[in-house]
Amino acid sequence: MKVTLKVWRQSGAEDPGRFETHKVDELSPDMSFLEMLDVLNDRISVAGGEPIEFESDCREGICGTCGLVINGQPHGPEERTATCQLHMRKFSDGDVITVEPWRAKAFSVIKDLIVDRSPFDSIIAAGGFISVPTGSASDANLIPVPKEAADAAMDAAACIGCGACVAACPNSAAQLFTAAKVAHLNLLPQGQPERYIRVTKMVDTMEQFFGSCTNHGECERACPKAISVDFIAMLNRDYISSKIKNRRLAGQQR
Amino acid sequence: MTFTLDPKIPEGSLEEKWDNHRFSNRLVNPANKRKYNIIVVGTGLAGASAAATFAELGYNVTAFTYHDSPRRAHSIAAQGGINAAKNYRNDGDSIWRLFYDTVKGGDFRSREANVHRLSQVSVEIIDQCAAQGVPFAREYGGLLDNRSFGGAQVSRTFYARGQTGQQLLLGAYQALMRQVGLGKIDLHTRTEMLDIVVKDERAVGIITRNLVTGEVKSWSSHAVVLATGGYSNVYYLSTNAMYSNASAIWRAHRKGAGFANPSFTQIHPTCIPADNEFQSKLTLMSESLRNDGRIWVPAQTDDLRTPNTISENERDYYLERRYPAFGNLVPRDVASRAAKKEVDAGRGVGQLRNGVYLDLSHAIERLGRETIEARYGNLLEMYHRITDENPYTDPMRIYPAPHYTMGGLWVDYNLMTTVPGLYAIGEANYSDHGSNRLGASALMQGLADGYFVLPNTIGEYLADYLNSDTVPIDDPSFIEAEREVNDSIDRMLSVNGSKTVDWFHRELGRIMIDECGMERSRPGLEKALSKIPELRQEFYRDVRVPGEGESLNSSLEKAGRIADFFELAELMCRDAIDREESCGAHFRIEHQTPEGEAKRNDADFSFVSVYQHTGDPSTAILHQEDLTFENVTLGQRSYK
Amino acid sequence: MAITGIVLLGYIATHMLGNLKVYFGPEDINGYGEALRDLGGHLIPRTHLLWLLRIGLTVAFVLHIHAAYSLTLLNRRQRPVAYAARREYLIASYASRTMAWTGTIVLLFLVFHLADLTWGAEPAVSGDFERGEIYNNMIATFSRWPVSLLYIVANLALGLHVFHGVWSLFQSLGISNPRFNKWRRHLALGFTVVVIGGNLTFPLAVLSGILGESGFLA
Repeated sequence: MKVTLKVWRQSGAEDPGRFETHKVDELSPDMSFLEMLDVLNDRISVAGGEPIEFESDCREGICGTCGLVINGQPHGPEERTATCQLHMRKFSDGDVITVEPWRAKAFSVIKDLIVDRSPFDSIIAAGGFISVPTGSASDANLIPVPKEAADAAMDAAACIGCGACVAACPNSAAQLFTAAKVAHLNLLPQGQPERYIRVTKMVDTMEQFFGSCTNHGECERACPKAISVDFIAMLNRDYISSKIKNRRLAGQQR
Repeated sequence: MTFTLDPKIPEGSLEEKWDNHRFSNRLVNPANKRKYNIIVVGTGLAGASAAATFAELGYNVTAFTYHDSPRRAHSIAAQGGINAAKNYRNDGDSIWRLFYDTVKGGDFRSREANVHRLSQVSVEIIDQCAAQGVPFAREYGGLLDNRSFGGAQVSRTFYARGQTGQQLLLGAYQALMRQVGLGKIDLHTRTEMLDIVVKDERAVGIITRNLVTGEVKSWSSHAVVLATGGYSNVYYLSTNAMYSNASAIWRAHRKGAGFANPSFTQIHPTCIPADNEFQSKLTLMSESLRNDGRIWVPAQTDDLRTPNTISENERDYYLERRYPAFGNLVPRDVASRAAKKEVDAGRGVGQLRNGVYLDLSHAIERLGRETIEARYGNLLEMYHRITDENPYTDPMRIYPAPHYTMGGLWVDYNLMTTVPGLYAIGEANYSDHGSNRLGASALMQGLADGYFVLPNTIGEYLADYLNSDTVPIDDPSFIEAEREVNDSIDRMLSVNGSKTVDWFHRELGRIMIDECGMERSRPGLEKALSKIPELRQEFYRDVRVPGEGESLNSSLEKAGRIADFFELAELMCRDAIDREESCGAHFRIEHQTPEGEAKRNDADFSFVSVYQHTGDPSTAILHQEDLTFENVTLGQRSYK
Repeated sequence: MAITGIVLLGYIATHMLGNLKVYFGPEDINGYGEALRDLGGHLIPRTHLLWLLRIGLTVAFVLHIHAAYSLTLLNRRQRPVAYAARREYLIASYASRTMAWTGTIVLLFLVFHLADLTWGAEPAVSGDFERGEIYNNMIATFSRWPVSLLYIVANLALGLHVFHGVWSLFQSLGISNPRFNKWRRHLALGFTVVVIGGNLTFPLAVLSGILGESGFLA
């Protein structure tokens, strides 16, 4: 099969950038979208050009490194699928495909299709953890966790930190990313001591970088792990509580 | 540089060694720890856990990753689980049994004392991770669930759906980021280590390249820890991530660190076979599928019918036939070779005839589709996405793929390499897995090294350097190392040939999988040893690395990694020839039992092969660390 | 945003319900207006409580608009380079994406609406306006078809705004329970249909003659 690509090229953060058109033929529908880009890059290199820079590592949809906006959709047209798991069979012969980087003020373009997602790390550094120095833990089975709670925490923890939620959000908000980590930890008994300080610090850090959630719901649809916006509601609830609760009473059973 | 192999195995009975060692090791006073700076290269499971723990102890840590975030490390892709000798199931497990299984599974080519320590700390890992909030699978009573995994006869594997590696990595990443937030870890992302700096026969720092700006820079420290993973990508098509590479450990090897058992590489039996010529990597399907799936091929060769039209008596469930006791759950190396045998015999399935069937239909009949979906839903969805085939109605196609490397930098009981002050942890070291790793043990070893072993052993070395400054980066040793790095970058950029870096990688991979993969033979390895240097020469003559060194240039990054793979590949073949026996994942066709099983030669090869760099892999000097087994009796592995 | 939104939602619901009194004739609706001014009965001086409510409502309004304005501005700045490919929104509703526009329409209409029926100010007001004669004023104003049309358009905008607002407030306040979450959309839709539907009957009833000069079908 063959396709025509309109790809974003940008040499660095200062360069305004532009689209470049490439016709790519002799493709197999069984190859992945990124393998198609590999092939194109091979041909560009041999022809003396500079290959298109894009990121991808595990190519099995778990590391969160890859991420392209394909025809206006973060990670492309297939639901619950990261860019690396998207196959050419989802396109038709002769398609014109637009490929852009994640667009958000917080995610500046480094080169071509690669953006800087370090604000996510800053949000985690602010509070996305349970403080437990190595060696200080008690036996794992001393803290029973209701299965439903553990499952819900796992649903949230499945986030791969790719940034598609921000790319999809009309407001470039990072609520889904932040909510997923807050919910993962705040749902578990182990996460309770730091529950309110965690949500405050993470939300405050998030707001330094990103837009604000107005409940569009695009993030959930773009998320390759289909993380639910219900976690955003949990985030909001804990954030509001953090402003009201008398934390000195947190040790008391309710 | 002097080269000594002192494993430093502590005194005492096996159970007491670790305690004795911790007691006899020198400690660094808590108030003095902040006077030390430790460099950690790589922030996957082992690196992140080590960096976080060092920082918690009070050391200053400078951590490096070539990823944009520590959360991307390939540890994240481990699916199945993590072993621990908790015996929560009351099914006869114990620290001793995990130790024994690991030594036996590794086909008696690992160090007893290390493996026993690994089993001891395995229980602490689970406690630590559960406290961190790793969402392990639970029973309805709220307690941790376990499953049996990869041939183990007890249920000792803890898991978080099919994403155990992800969750454990995120736990370590969160601990790391907490210390970054507290200012105890100075984290450098998108920064690749390109050399180790050695002065007065000890590691004093590293040289890095900033992958965004291209800046080459020196970093000085009291100790350097490499946690940079394995080298399966030498095969080009492997389950490893695209960026996974051997450059950090290879350059450490060039600077004096002994490389142990380079030919011990594991081929994972259950991966999705390649689909087309553009394939960039292979995807693993957790081998937990073997718990419920039955593996078969058509009994007749060249049977091209669709699987569901082949009746039961025309199928060969070859693992069940050949290994009645273990059946589909034989260890990885056995399962992999058996699959290769069937495909080579012309009974391969799929369009390219390059796979065997893993059939869930019997399990679906027995347990219902819902149960299977609950167990493997994510995996099966991934399979469907990649192959466009429905695993609930048609048998899955699987084939072995390079997956894990047991070989790596030689380390002593303290995890220090032959270069004082240079440590290797996780998959980067030649490890506790001998010549074959058991399922769900990689995560265990990475976290054991990072959380519990190295933080307890590094003090012994550091104690000598109290109040001594790190070597200034304008020292000639740094200047020289920086110059070498710049030269090699310039060299690759200036070739301006006609073939891409990937082309060379593919060619190298083809040689390696054919001659140094699941089966090795002397003629094949000799062929590889003549082809690899030719290819390497062609690389320096005809590679095309577009772009420049002063900005982000992924072709340049790859070129450096492939250049190192050439040398490593040569050493791997060399080691595979030297080791005139079959053991674990290393299968020499000259050394097999009449039934076609691996035939060990304990009399002559009960040692760790450790290579000393001389300038060229072909002349590397082989040293031996003799393995003595005082607590287990060496037996032929039998899974019949 | 959500808190002030709830106050305003309460207001529009009450406003619609109160206005339904027109269907009981001039005396009922005029009496309703009188009762509002007399809120608090003999305990509180006349119109004081009403003014208190009006002030509260105005504060809620101002805060709501302020929050909306700053949020919109903040969010617009978060994507300096727009996507070139046409964005197909897959989940975001028309309502959620047009909150700023529907809000602005409602605000402008509100000014007109107050001038028309509360302050009796030119140029909005009808010639027959008389303070306190609620029934007559309504008939007079809706008898002018452009005014009715404006009213209908504004109410449809309000409908979109309220639909997203109601659903959204559950999210913003963290009221979420998987068991009941699917009802949040239904509730938002139900609330919108009832309130906006109620409002729309007024101009339609006047234009069609159902509400005559002296009462229902009269």
